[in-house]
Amino acid sequence: MPHTDSAGLLLLPLFLPLLGFLSILFIDREQEKAIKYVTLIFSMLTFFASLPLWFMFNDGLDGFQFYTNISWIPSLDAGFRTGIDGMSLLLVLLTTFIMPISILSSFESIKKKHKEYYAMLLLLEFGMLGVFVSLDTMLFYVFWELILIPMYFLIGIWGGKDRIYAAVKFFLYTLVGSLLMLIAIVWMGLYAKWLPGGHFTTDFLILKQLAPGIPLDIQIWLFLAFALSFCIKVPLFPFHTWLPDAHVQAPTAGSVILAGVLLKMGTYGLIRFNLELFPQSLHLFAQPLAWLSVIGIIYGALVAMVQTDIKKLVAYSSVSHLGFVVLGIVSVTPEGLQGAIIQMVNHGLSTGMLFLCVGVLYERRHTREISEFGGITKVMPKFAVMFTIAMMASVGLPGLNGFIGEYLTLFGSFQSKFLNNPWFSIFSASGVIFAAVYLLWMFQRVMFGTNDNPKNHTLTDLTRSEYWQLVPLVIFIVWIGVYPKTFLSRSELYAQTLVGSIEKTVFGTSAYPKIKAIEVDASAVKKAGH
Amino acid sequence: MIQDLLLTAPFTFLSAMAIIAMVVDALIKNSARITFLFSVITLIVSGILAIGTFGHHGIGFNGMISGGGFSSYFDVLFSVGGLLTIFAARSYLQKEGIEHDEFYSLILFAIGGMMLIGHSNNLLTLFIGIEIMSVVFYILSGYMRSSIASVEASLKYFLLGAFSTGFLVYGMALIYGATGSMDYGHISMNISRGALPLGSLLPIGIALMVIGLSFKAAAFPFHQWAPDVYQGAPTIVTAFMSTAGKAAAFVAFMPIVMVLMPAAPAKLQMTFAVLSAATMLIGNISALAQTNIKRMLAFSSVAHAGYLMMGLVSGSQAGYSGILFYLTSYMFMQIGSFIIVGLLERRGEEHLQISDYAGLSKKYPVLAAFMSIFMFSLAGIPPFAGFFGKYYLFSAAIDAGFLWLTIIAVFSSIVSVYFYIGLIVKMYFNEPEKEMPDTEFGLSRISLFITIAGVILLGIMPSGILSIAHAIFGHSTH
Repeated sequence: MPHTDSAGLLLLPLFLPLLGFLSILFIDREQEKAIKYVTLIFSMLTFFASLPLWFMFNDGLDGFQFYTNISWIPSLDAGFRTGIDGMSLLLVLLTTFIMPISILSSFESIKKKHKEYYAMLLLLEFGMLGVFVSLDTMLFYVFWELILIPMYFLIGIWGGKDRIYAAVKFFLYTLVGSLLMLIAIVWMGLYAKWLPGGHFTTDFLILKQLAPGIPLDIQIWLFLAFALSFCIKVPLFPFHTWLPDAHVQAPTAGSVILAGVLLKMGTYGLIRFNLELFPQSLHLFAQPLAWLSVIGIIYGALVAMVQTDIKKLVAYSSVSHLGFVVLGIVSVTPEGLQGAIIQMVNHGLSTGMLFLCVGVLYERRHTREISEFGGITKVMPKFAVMFTIAMMASVGLPGLNGFIGEYLTLFGSFQSKFLNNPWFSIFSASGVIFAAVYLLWMFQRVMFGTNDNPKNHTLTDLTRSEYWQLVPLVIFIVWIGVYPKTFLSRSELYAQTLVGSIEKTVFGTSAYPKIKAIEVDASAVKKAGH
Repeated sequence: MIQDLLLTAPFTFLSAMAIIAMVVDALIKNSARITFLFSVITLIVSGILAIGTFGHHGIGFNGMISGGGFSSYFDVLFSVGGLLTIFAARSYLQKEGIEHDEFYSLILFAIGGMMLIGHSNNLLTLFIGIEIMSVVFYILSGYMRSSIASVEASLKYFLLGAFSTGFLVYGMALIYGATGSMDYGHISMNISRGALPLGSLLPIGIALMVIGLSFKAAAFPFHQWAPDVYQGAPTIVTAFMSTAGKAAAFVAFMPIVMVLMPAAPAKLQMTFAVLSAATMLIGNISALAQTNIKRMLAFSSVAHAGYLMMGLVSGSQAGYSGILFYLTSYMFMQIGSFIIVGLLERRGEEHLQISDYAGLSKKYPVLAAFMSIFMFSLAGIPPFAGFFGKYYLFSAAIDAGFLWLTIIAVFSSIVSVYFYIGLIVKMYFNEPEKEMPDTEFGLSRISLFITIAGVILLGIMPSGILSIAHAIFGHSTH
């Protein structure tokens, strides 16, 4: 049952970016400074408004919290239904946390059409938050597609040389997947109508109850329609080709948001729809999906190794890293799922930070070719420290966040009943080694060695603004690495309950959720019940 | 008699006013200003009358004309379309130097014809309505008398239109022969009773009528006139023809399909499904290759006829509601985009290539933003009106068992996105290739703001129109 206590707390951070977007529209375009600071303030307000969610969220409650249900299109039973659970809580906070940083990072680097740029960023934030909190398929789809528009403009207007190609490719790729998902969404609504005494609905909670009753042969198609859409977004091999183009051409903030949050919409969707709605089909497709993730992990790493452009290297590393997330998801073990969820956050932080670092270099040299650099450590010592942390987090060094996520997903996939094959973990583990190779090698060529390119002699170290963009990321990278329990405990019950219900559907029995969680659950319900 | 007049008040009032406007034209020199104001007031009043008669269902004039509900809704829609057109027409016509006095009364006549289509309860009145509308369109498409393209469009439209009218009237005659009546109610009753003495004529009659109406709706394979006519006609006339005109065609289609569908449900559904699939594919694929913006929008309007036909395929309450919603949202997005095309156009057909829109966002950021919203909406991207129209039609088609049609529709939408966002690419991502023309907005502003508000509000809050649609079709299909 969804919990409706203090539902307004969720609506405030959801609508603040929209309010910000609308206020930007009314500021004169000459007032660049005002536009920048209004955007920053709104994104900071959104972040602070999302903090109460973190503290008020009750780990022990099963089901969605801060649940709102407002009638929207009565004839379709589509409603403004929002709420969060342990997984969406983390992603909502990741979004509100990353946004101010990416906005700050744009202050210097964006030099034209400020009004449109900052308006688009806020619209994007509104869309992303909407995706993570929607509990209505129609609302979800609207937010899902809403993101296309600002992202398309961000790449297309403020991007690099081949921005138009990248923007159009991004748009079309994503749209192909999402329109097939739309058919699945409509079909499910109609399924509710075809049942005796039923009516059309887009209520996720109702659909979740009805989904197991859909005949398996149709479930498979629905599963595939959803999965295709999400796998393109993730992107899972072989649907990844839009990503390097989009990343390389996008402005720094665009890349940070793309890597930090947008890609997580895909993995989020996989869990929310494919896992929660179609466990039986998942059982059929878990292995193929796992193979694709393993191929993605290795392929992404190998391609990253041969890149000469730092940004492209980081982009391909995303393909590799997200393979771990998908592997964790399809392993359907509490560890795997927890690992996937925490790895979504990790990837957002560490890859976001890597893109910021690449942005720092690009701002100074207007090139991202590895061969143009060398010995940067000597001229930019502060930057060197930050870059090292970002790189090590991405490699998966124990003590930093990446290790936790990768460890958990590998552990989960190793003991998974769904995959039932240790080779998945063994192959994927090689991805960790490759990551060390391509990242360390890149780092060595850029940062160490002799600084023999005269253009690099006079580079200035991090400015104060750049420094403060990176510090918050470092704090969380270390925090998750050292004491992940703060974050893991938020999604623990969710992961266990989900695995439990999937295993019960597929195998008939399940050891999950473990008793401990239920005890917490029962007492909390009593408390919440007043 | 009084009762009958009240029932059809919006239509009769408008027709009377159109005749008065014509007389005023003839008597007063340079009366454009006067007839403009006169038409605005007329359209507003008949719109209000239509809202007032919405709840009064009934049939009058010896069963020839119906009123209330369905017809009232479309009276309002046609009035709104007319208002949007003439507000934008003022500055456009002045710019092009073709603001002849009779323009506004012609628009009124066309709307009169469209309203008559919506009010018709008999094949004869339907025919008269279609002809009144079409004749005005023939005149209006040739309104730019000095332009060869415009005159050619007019002539082409007239010849082909006259030909298609032949199909239509022949089809009506055969249906009359088969069922023994021209009245919708009687035809429907006789079909459901079965055992028609000349029943074999019925399918031929239906086929011929479908051909005639498909021509008016610009659906495949009777769409070939549309690109030439839409390109040649003055832009503002194209805006009107491709929205209100298309709406009128579907307003004619809906009751006819409701009446005739029971004669051969499966066959008719399949016919419409094939027509629909072919129309959207041909429309969208042809639009890909266009370099002229009016031609591109013309082909896209063909494709939209295909989406609309999905509603006819389903033949259900949801399908007709979908058509109603889609026509309403299409009215806003299509008129809006043509208004922008018209604003940027210069005398003598300049500035109509898609490449001329390069860098539009530099000089006209608001126009470019509006145009992008119209394009996104036409492409069916949420949260704009076009998305909900499609959602509704798709769901009606799947509900009727036409999943394959929906999948084709989805893929043709993806094709369409390519050229819709291609225009946005030009406007935002490319640098201007040549000097942007200065433009006089005038009253077009009113139309632009109404259309953009319509596209956004219908997208965010579709439930108002949807519940009206349910009230209308829940009443007439049960």
